Amino acid sequence: MASSAMAQGFGGFTALMPSFSSSNRLQLGFSKHLPEWKGSSIVIRLDASFSQSSNSRKRASKLVTSAVVVKDETATSAATSKTGHELLLFEALREGLDEEMERDPRVCVVGEDVGHYGGSYKVTKGMAEKYGDLRVLDTPIAENSFTGMGVGAAMTGLRPVIEGMNMGFLLLAFNQISNNCGMLHYTSGGQFTIPVVIRGPGGVGRQLGAEHSQRLESYFQSVPGLQMVACSTPYNAKGLMKAAIRSENPVILFEHVLLYNLKEKIPDEEYVCCLEEAEMVRPGADVTILTYSRMRYHVMQAAKTLVNKGYDPEIIDIRSLKPFDLHTIGNSIKKTHRVLIVEECMRTGGIGASLRAAIIENFWDYLDAPIMCLSSQDVPTPYAGTLEDWTVVQPPQIVSAVEQICQ
Amino acid sequence: MTTMSTARIPPASSPCIARKPKASSNTGKLPRVYVKPGWLRKDLMGSNLRFSEFRSAKLPCSPLTVSAIASASELVKERIETKSELLVTREEGLELYEDMILGRSFEDMCAQMYYRGKMFGFVHLYNGQEAVSTGFIKMLKAHDSVCSTYRDHVHALSKGVPARAVMSELFGKTTGCCRGQGGSMHMFSKEHGVLGGFAFIGEGIPVALGAAFSSKYKQEVLKDEKANAVTVAFFGDGTCNNGQFFESLNMAALWKLPIIFVVENNLWAIGMSHIRATSVPDIWEKGPAFGMPGVHVDGMDVLKVREVAKEAVARARRGDGPTLVECETYRFRGHSLADPDELRNPAEKAHYAARDPIVSLKKYLIENNLANESDLKSIEKKIDEIIEEAVEFADASPLPQRGQLLENVFADPKGFGIGPDGRYRCEDPGFTAGTAQV
Repeated sequence: MASSAMAQGFGGFTALMPSFSSSNRLQLGFSKHLPEWKGSSIVIRLDASFSQSSNSRKRASKLVTSAVVVKDETATSAATSKTGHELLLFEALREGLDEEMERDPRVCVVGEDVGHYGGSYKVTKGMAEKYGDLRVLDTPIAENSFTGMGVGAAMTGLRPVIEGMNMGFLLLAFNQISNNCGMLHYTSGGQFTIPVVIRGPGGVGRQLGAEHSQRLESYFQSVPGLQMVACSTPYNAKGLMKAAIRSENPVILFEHVLLYNLKEKIPDEEYVCCLEEAEMVRPGADVTILTYSRMRYHVMQAAKTLVNKGYDPEIIDIRSLKPFDLHTIGNSIKKTHRVLIVEECMRTGGIGASLRAAIIENFWDYLDAPIMCLSSQDVPTPYAGTLEDWTVVQPPQIVSAVEQICQ
Repeated sequence: MTTMSTARIPPASSPCIARKPKASSNTGKLPRVYVKPGWLRKDLMGSNLRFSEFRSAKLPCSPLTVSAIASASELVKERIETKSELLVTREEGLELYEDMILGRSFEDMCAQMYYRGKMFGFVHLYNGQEAVSTGFIKMLKAHDSVCSTYRDHVHALSKGVPARAVMSELFGKTTGCCRGQGGSMHMFSKEHGVLGGFAFIGEGIPVALGAAFSSKYKQEVLKDEKANAVTVAFFGDGTCNNGQFFESLNMAALWKLPIIFVVENNLWAIGMSHIRATSVPDIWEKGPAFGMPGVHVDGMDVLKVREVAKEAVARARRGDGPTLVECETYRFRGHSLADPDELRNPAEKAHYAARDPIVSLKKYLIENNLANESDLKSIEKKIDEIIEEAVEFADASPLPQRGQLLENVFADPKGFGIGPDGRYRCEDPGFTAGTAQV
């Protein structure tokens, strides 16, 4: 069916395409990585029907159209390596971290349960045994203070990677992140650098409740002096982790709870992604779809439907949430003249809002239609599965938005 | 207590330190708390609190006799001094005097300059507390670090930041230690190990903790034996009710970090009396709760502070971990230059004014023949000249230009991102000069 054609059309970049047999069972098994879930694993099945209308949402047997897929074995990664090794996203993060810790003895990890427990999502599994308890430091539950400690350590020569067990917990560290991480380089007149990486899983998961489903990128984007990136594939997860550690600026690396088990083949050779660049996921001509993190997969899913309907969307994973890569974005807009932003942030004050403003300011003359922005509802993420699904943007909404823009 | 007539420093021979550590069930090898428990400061507003004996003029003090600090507790021991044992040499004494005069004169000049419209915003002066800064920081080495709050001018000066750099910073000139970008509350110096200058109370303590962690990391992971830097964190009584204080005490003791927590308890957090804000006003008592020694010291006496500092720094440097030191001190001026200071009882102010640390040290030096009047006068003159020069320098220095605005936002200016033309924004000369569209 259309899948093979699309796979060829996409070749050369890391599109994670589901294969469309009717029973595609994905064992996510991320239950063992979620301390809150005890025991049972989640089975998510893709809905194989393309002609499904945007209004029908099958929930009968707990099937959810999911962004999380297992990569097709034959597709290759964005790098041109023919060999390479396959791993899951959290392993890619670990690999990047491990390589940087070996390369530079000043790199250390600070956070709750990063050491003996191996990280709540197993990103640092095995590293405390390898590097010792001081380099992979288990902290007490004191986010504000250990983030500040990371800042002080960075000022005096170390390069800490600070983990928030869930990004939402870093709200407690807002004082240190805003005042110290973001501002100290400036208020000290450039004397002290703060080369920290602050990372952790965020985003809306599977019925994790409101407080564990937060998107902090919208809160931190105003802090001057911070860079923010969001990873979405094993390839860019490892690359961005390495780039963030090597950067002299404080970088916040946003991971997503539902993406940790994505599998992909990544190059054996060392590589580093660029922190400020966006990633072209699918070149196209009709409309520019800007997205990041988990919504990339909802967009890819919608893209299949759109292609079948005859549209040719250009999909860009912006990756760098602050600053925006205006070059990649601008080139795309100059080509398509229509923009759709799909994000998981709330509508009010989210990344989409800023991106929209930046596009209007820089590329107003190239637009043929108003910019559309699909965001999550301005609501604390409900626990109930049905409500939670309606909180975030789903592929059918993306399809109808594109149809609306392109008419 | 208002009847105390003479301002006498309790003799140098009887600092508030017990010399013999006492074994204790919960602290193991840690030296025991040094101060009589149950001390409560007399609230001169009239409440009914016991006044600690060693601040009473009833102490049978004399610089040359043995003095005993009577106490019901076994914790406070006497230190028997012989006639000839002095706490400082002449050089040390003069160094301390000079540093305190520098701090005092600088702050007085700040007040003058503020009222003349040369500096703006919130300026918090350190008058009266000089003994704490001088007492601790003069025991540190050049590679040690100091972390402070918004009342940080004198900490920076004691640590070695030139007066002209601090004054320039206050005037907002490019030659300031932070290029004019920090201001009064954000004094930083990489060269002299001053880690700030923080406007929010409590947020500097974890930063100090991080510097101490760095020290330990460099020793144990990077195997750098010379990395034995000690960090001193200064903060006030108000901060001691803040979560970051307790979180940091816990982590410092847990990992035995080389840090000293110095509480400058001046009894007031703007207009909030310490007694009204704190359920257990004895801050030093909170140290043992986290597994570190808690020490109380008379912060108006630089020699006593120095004694405590010596031990605490040595403790940190040999790897025995943190110490919590509460310095009883007082600020002679208001919280900031904008504070009318109407709430504090004049009797309380007079009581502490009579214990001016500079006057006390002067008395000690002269009485013990370590210096004479003319030595001290010449120091004061020297400092006056330094301050004058600092003001002239600051006045003559240029104001920051537009191009400086964005220069230090990022250490790596690639963080400003990629512009529509495909080049990094920072490569555009108009961008950093402020002429390009941001």
